[in-house]
Amino acid sequence: MKPKHQRLVLAVVALLALIGAGLLAASALREEASYFYTPATLAKAEVEPGKAIRLGGMVQNGSIKRDADGVTVRFIVQDRDATQQVVYRGITPDLFVEGSGVVADGRLDKNGLFVADGLLAKHDENYVPRELKDIDMTTAEHSQDTLAK
Amino acid sequence: MHRFANPARFLGIAKPLTPFLLWSGAILVVFSCWWGLTQVPAERLQGDTVKIMFVHVPAAWLGMAGWTGIAVASIVQLVWRHPLAGVSARAVAAPGAVFAALCLVTGSIWGKPTWGAWWVWDGRLTSMLILFFLYLGFIALANASSEKGSLSRTAAVFGIIGAVNIPIINRSVVWWESQHQKASITLGGSSIDDSYLWPLFGSAIGFSLLFGAIVLMRMRAALAEIRIEARMRRLAED
Repeated sequence: MKPKHQRLVLAVVALLALIGAGLLAASALREEASYFYTPATLAKAEVEPGKAIRLGGMVQNGSIKRDADGVTVRFIVQDRDATQQVVYRGITPDLFVEGSGVVADGRLDKNGLFVADGLLAKHDENYVPRELKDIDMTTAEHSQDTLAK
Repeated sequence: MHRFANPARFLGIAKPLTPFLLWSGAILVVFSCWWGLTQVPAERLQGDTVKIMFVHVPAAWLGMAGWTGIAVASIVQLVWRHPLAGVSARAVAAPGAVFAALCLVTGSIWGKPTWGAWWVWDGRLTSMLILFFLYLGFIALANASSEKGSLSRTAAVFGIIGAVNIPIINRSVVWWESQHQKASITLGGSSIDDSYLWPLFGSAIGFSLLFGAIVLMRMRAALAEIRIEARMRRLAED
């Protein structure tokens, strides 16, 4: 083997080993590196009440209810398989609307209600002009966002 | 492979190519941004905020493309010892870092009105920040070598190792639940309305041409410096 070929083999082997190590690390981090629980993963995770966690998913259509005090908002976060009741006191972000994504900071109380002390809106990967919003689901057809379904 | 190894031949091609890339890129970027800012409808949920996409998305692509280029050049340097590999890797690093930073800054500005936060530590944002730090590390390592025109073995190995981060950035929104949305443009198609997609392609091509022009300029400058150094050394010997 010429030195050039030796170096090539060495580089290829090193690269494959690196990619393998990267993939292994990534799959090991699969649970830990997720930014939030979805209602389905939260149901399985057995998180103790009071522990600070994040919950993400879709705001269920028709679920947003505001209390008489004007600052407490109750809603349901859903994914494909499960739902989770959430209560939040504070100003909601502009993009916090029914049928759209949300990520809530907070904790479960003893009754299984998620008490949020921070809300972030989550935008999906579909970009649709305002005038077309009534037919937006046709453009969103190949959407990969499992939360949207 | 070694057809362009002769720096004189490379310079003969790079010299006329630089202004062409620079001006076509600049015109395309200005036109696409004007189009994107003034001729495009407001988005259903985000309103006009969506228009930062025309800078943010090309910056993210080029930040990642830059490191891919560094990794390829590093392999070529280590295996074939191509004389232009080191020069090109070092030329790519600075604009790559700038575009990665631009992606982080515009993303932050976009995140505040849409998500409600300047920054979150989710997989996508964190891996992109790591890419920016990798660029800084690579620049420091490459500059630590005394030889201007070449890439040290350490820097080349670093360039290859850092490439592991590129698929992680790409897959971060698929592997892990994240604040950042999933990819809009995939092999399967696009979920971006055509009214945004065309100016986005325009600005992406425009920024890419600009990136190419900057890289060529930096390579030519580096080759000129090498020649100056060689000439000075000869004069000193005489």
